[in-house]
Amino acid sequence: MGSIRFDHVDKVFGPNTGGIKALEDINLKIGEKEFVAIVGPSGCGKTTCLRMVAGFDAPSAGVVSVSGKPVTAPGPDRAVVFQQFALFPWKTVRENIELGLRNKNLPAGERADLVANALKLMNLESHAAAFPHQLSGGMQQRVAIARAYVLDPEVLLMDEPFGALDAQTRVVMQEELVRLARVNPRTVLFITHAVEEAVYLADRVAIMTRRPGRIKEVLDIRAIRQAENWDKHPRIEDVMDLESFVHLRTQIWKSLREEKGANVI
Amino acid sequence: MNGAPLSFRETVAWGTLGVVLFVGLWTLLTASGIVPRQFLPTPLDVIQRMLHLMTSPFAGATLPQHLASSFQRYAVGVLLAALVGVPLGLLMGWFRLLDDIVTPIFDGLRFIAPIAWVPFAALWFGTGIGGPVMIIFAGAFPPCLINAYRGARFVEPRLIEAARMLGTGNTRTILEILLPAATPSIVSGLRVSAGLGWQSLVGAELIVAAAGVGFMMVQAQANVATPTVMAGMIAIGIVGMIIDVLLRQGEGWLRRRRGLEA
Ligand SMILES: Nc1ncnc2c1ncn2[C@@H]1O[C@H](COP(=O)(O)OP(=O)(O)O)[C@@H](O)[C@H]1O
Ligand SMILES: [Mg+2]
Repeated sequence: MGSIRFDHVDKVFGPNTGGIKALEDINLKIGEKEFVAIVGPSGCGKTTCLRMVAGFDAPSAGVVSVSGKPVTAPGPDRAVVFQQFALFPWKTVRENIELGLRNKNLPAGERADLVANALKLMNLESHAAAFPHQLSGGMQQRVAIARAYVLDPEVLLMDEPFGALDAQTRVVMQEELVRLARVNPRTVLFITHAVEEAVYLADRVAIMTRRPGRIKEVLDIRAIRQAENWDKHPRIEDVMDLESFVHLRTQIWKSLREEKGANVI
Repeated sequence: MNGAPLSFRETVAWGTLGVVLFVGLWTLLTASGIVPRQFLPTPLDVIQRMLHLMTSPFAGATLPQHLASSFQRYAVGVLLAALVGVPLGLLMGWFRLLDDIVTPIFDGLRFIAPIAWVPFAALWFGTGIGGPVMIIFAGAFPPCLINAYRGARFVEPRLIEAARMLGTGNTRTILEILLPAATPSIVSGLRVSAGLGWQSLVGAELIVAAAGVGFMMVQAQANVATPTVMAGMIAIGIVGMIIDVLLRQGEGWLRRRRGLEA
């Protein structure tokens, strides 16, 4: 339950009109309850990878499967958190969170409990009746995360979820996500172009290259995270100060930079 | 647009000037005898005729009574157009197959002027309420359908994707995602429909045998009662303007409300 697998996946956009090869031979296995981040320069195909797991796009070759079954269509077993939140503007916070539960035909009482839990988990209780536009970006993204978590999905797909937030809010949300992952572990595919974010959040970090998009290497952070006791530090800046963190971050930076050539960054 | 924006008072002033010039020219042409009176009645003739028609019947009813029966037909026709056009447009915006089936037929039919339906409307639905209503329907239907369709078709793709990943079924997606997203477009469509429906009125009433402004005008034409025809035209213009102003206000109110919400 909840594993993700890319098997020799290619993606070509506009195959009938010349075609752009966005992804080439992507192979990646994400285990149950594992948190994997993909980092890479913009345009390298990160979003495309996530969209194929979500079922929004289909691979041109190869197979993307979740829990052993090839993905054919979107569904609530694979909840998505979008960069631009994608909340329904005409629904209140509560209604946004509740929609997926109504779709599962849960009885009203059960829905109310689950929504209440999700609101509490994301510190949204006092905003349940607000409309999305009345909330800050950070709050809106909390709603989107609550909307995804409340579905109790097998996998959680997050496409640069904090990319649209200011630096302070972003840090708070990163800490929240770590807290959430501890309370309620999930299989997570997390997309970002921020290296620190990937190292801080993920069990493993996949580094992608551009043109065509490929996975260059996958770094396992777990051993170092445990050995150095990162999770004992409640604040992200304390973790970022650790030598082990800095070392990993630098390693990923170098890897990305080799790829981009001397003229970029 | 070229020119500085005007204040409300300036707008009223220039608008009044336009009306005065128009009526002045009309008076000049008719009162001087340049245009014979049977050809074009004077403004005074028309106003007198209108006042007279307010209380005394012509062709079986007073002007307000004619207007009332016209408005009934009109309301039924526009309401039907909205009740059929909006849901159909939303469905076409969601189900590609339906879109593919309906769009070619619709694109052909919508260029047929409502008045062209007169013979068949009378044949199929009679000259009582059915036939005229069908003609008004023909005038009001296209904007209802087109605007609901466009509104549904151009919903932000992210929102559709969000709905799909939440497992939202077709009915709920149409009612809770497409409909609210398309509402501003639908409302503009309804306003255009209301105008076009009213424009189709005279055509619709060419075939009625009882009452209505159009009917009154047709009867007057048969009697060469040009001031009465003109009175009917002016009544149609004024009522149409009132409908449009009211709906514009309604639309503005709705937009402001949504502006606060969305
Ligand atoms: N729908 C599409 N049609 C055509 N090209 C696309 C489409 N989506 C993405 N691409 C192209 O595929 C490449 C990868 O895009 P994307 O996955 O969005 O990258 P990233 O998320 O890493 O920034 C880019 O070159 C982009 O232009
Ligand atoms: Mg992207």
